[in-house]
Amino acid sequence: MDFRLSEDQRALRTGIRELLAGRFARDRMRATLDGGGGVGRELWRELGAAGLFALRLPGTAGGVGLGLPESVLMFDEIGRSLLPGPLAATELAAGVVKGAAEGEAVVALAEAGRPVGHLAQADALLVLDGDRARVLTGGALRQVLREARPVRSLDPGTPLWRVPDLAAHDGEPLPEGARLRREGALLTAAEQLGSAARSLEAAVQHAGEREQFGAPIGAFQAVKHLCAGMLVRAETARTAVYAAAVTADPVEIAGAKLLADDAAVGNARDCLQVHGGMGFTWEADVHLHLKRAWLRSGQWLTAADAEEVLAADLA
Amino acid sequence: MDLSYTDEEEEFRARLREWLASALPGLPGRPDPGDWPGRRAYDTGWQRLLYDAGYAGLHWPADAGGRGATPTQHLIFLEETERAGAPYVGANFVGLLHAGPTIAAEGTAAQRARWLPPVLRGDEVWCQGFSEPEAGSDLASLRTRAVRDGDDYVVSGQKIWTSHAEVADWCELLVRTDPAAPRHRGISWLAMRMDAPGVTVRPLRTLAGSTEFAEMFLDEVRVPVSHRVGEENDGWRVTMVTLSFERGTAFVGEVVACRRTLDALAAEARRSGRWDDAVLRRRLGRLNAEFRALWRLTQWNVSEAQSTGGVPGTGGSVFKLRYSHARQELYEAAAEVLGAGDALDLDREWVLDRLSSLSYTIAAGTSQIQRNIVAERILGLPKGR
Repeated sequence: MDFRLSEDQRALRTGIRELLAGRFARDRMRATLDGGGGVGRELWRELGAAGLFALRLPGTAGGVGLGLPESVLMFDEIGRSLLPGPLAATELAAGVVKGAAEGEAVVALAEAGRPVGHLAQADALLVLDGDRARVLTGGALRQVLREARPVRSLDPGTPLWRVPDLAAHDGEPLPEGARLRREGALLTAAEQLGSAARSLEAAVQHAGEREQFGAPIGAFQAVKHLCAGMLVRAETARTAVYAAAVTADPVEIAGAKLLADDAAVGNARDCLQVHGGMGFTWEADVHLHLKRAWLRSGQWLTAADAEEVLAADLA
Repeated sequence: MDLSYTDEEEEFRARLREWLASALPGLPGRPDPGDWPGRRAYDTGWQRLLYDAGYAGLHWPADAGGRGATPTQHLIFLEETERAGAPYVGANFVGLLHAGPTIAAEGTAAQRARWLPPVLRGDEVWCQGFSEPEAGSDLASLRTRAVRDGDDYVVSGQKIWTSHAEVADWCELLVRTDPAAPRHRGISWLAMRMDAPGVTVRPLRTLAGSTEFAEMFLDEVRVPVSHRVGEENDGWRVTMVTLSFERGTAFVGEVVACRRTLDALAAEARRSGRWDDAVLRRRLGRLNAEFRALWRLTQWNVSEAQSTGGVPGTGGSVFKLRYSHARQELYEAAAEVLGAGDALDLDREWVLDRLSSLSYTIAAGTSQIQRNIVAERILGLPKGR
């Protein structure tokens, strides 16, 4: 047993981190939000070219032939960067929806009773209803868009639409809906992990620089203990998510999503607190991580659903 | 990220399982928690069985009498012994996980030969004389004095929270040998016989009603200079070696036990009908996520330790913070499963465990101290107030 990342996995992670740092640095991220959020098609294609969406497709299907652990590492990096878009749904649709693997298509996610993100830009819609899944494209998708109405989205990076009951809309049924839902939950948990780690870094950096009462605020136990709590949350969630990526076990994935949601939301809140008044401003990025974390907490597997899965596992 | 075990490790696990299946049925019943001589006999008897079967000091280096097992093998050992319901390390805790590894790392050849084999065989029990009334979490402010007199130190002072003091043969004792030196510098690490003249042990009653630990009064106790481990006034460094062992894998078995307890709670809730309460059911589900993650965190820490030659890193503090809190949450949930009547009945095992869980955020470094360690040593925040 050696739980640590292999050399190849480290290299993969470094690669995507460098790509995002070069192409989606903070000014670019801010400009995207100011423009109403949404998917940057050019970057989407670059991520496709880097293999993000095709990572798990076999080589014979034009993929990279890697596994869930590698996808999780990539999504972890994406979570740090605040890159918007239905990334998990598009990754899961690679090999099913034309162009998804290459980053040419955007596949949005629709779950019963929840608003749909990035609907206007979507080339396909992955509809999840419990453990059933289907894909809407073409005329069916256009009709959904006509009937939908935009929501003033809490997350400035994710434009949202309320859609009518999708049961009436035909789509192409997908096998293994339960697996798609689990894997979507895991990839989303990985994004939460990256966000939690980024919030921790921001808090620690601020606590080391900001001076009050003649000392950096990070010298005060009250602030130190907030930061320590953030690390504990992030590291506990990290091992849960990584392990779930290795085992792909449904119960373990439920635990990973639950703890990663907690880590992303909790760390963003504590980061805001460490930043004091500055944390409550639009200029600080803290709120962006919090809002995205809230959004992701409601996708694929909510806390209530995850807890039921975990409870059912007990003897 | 490889969570699989090698053939060699699986073989080790299989042999261990086989041995446990043959050894455990012959064990005597567990003694009453208040029966200290009985507990000592039970724990050292188990240690002797381990020794005879070649499992004593598994993770100790071979030249200290151990088996030189890898951290992963040690993890398997802790997992399997707990799963099989084998006895805990109990009274041998300080000798096996604390004093022994410290003597192995820092002691002379003569000291290793004198003290290590009896620990491995279960012949001698150690206790820990670190904490004092004025020096708990602030260990470096300890006051117990040792004054050199010929070939002896003459030791006077008071220790507190000393587990197993009533039945211990030896004490790993921290004393101040140079009162004029800066507080971390004038400390030495001594091995003191518990039956030496001048040693008085007075049991302390815990909030659970038991005598888990004791006060220890030292009145001009003579300890040979040859019983000092490490250099004079270098005891703080020696102690840090000790503490890094303490937090490494000390709680592995307990995490496995907590998962078993959680299963038992769910079964009880199903039996009593409380399982229909969605809030309670979901609370137990969340605890399942918690203890599964803690197990994975252990594997992560062991993997890290493997790359640093077995010395556990600061990941131990992260683990201890989360685990001590989760354990308390587990027994709060247990009280809810039991319901108002049974949750007040001290004859229910879960009720006693609820009480003892309160010590977890205090013992072996309080949560507050652990957070300082995490903030300063891992996150690099400035030292301060």
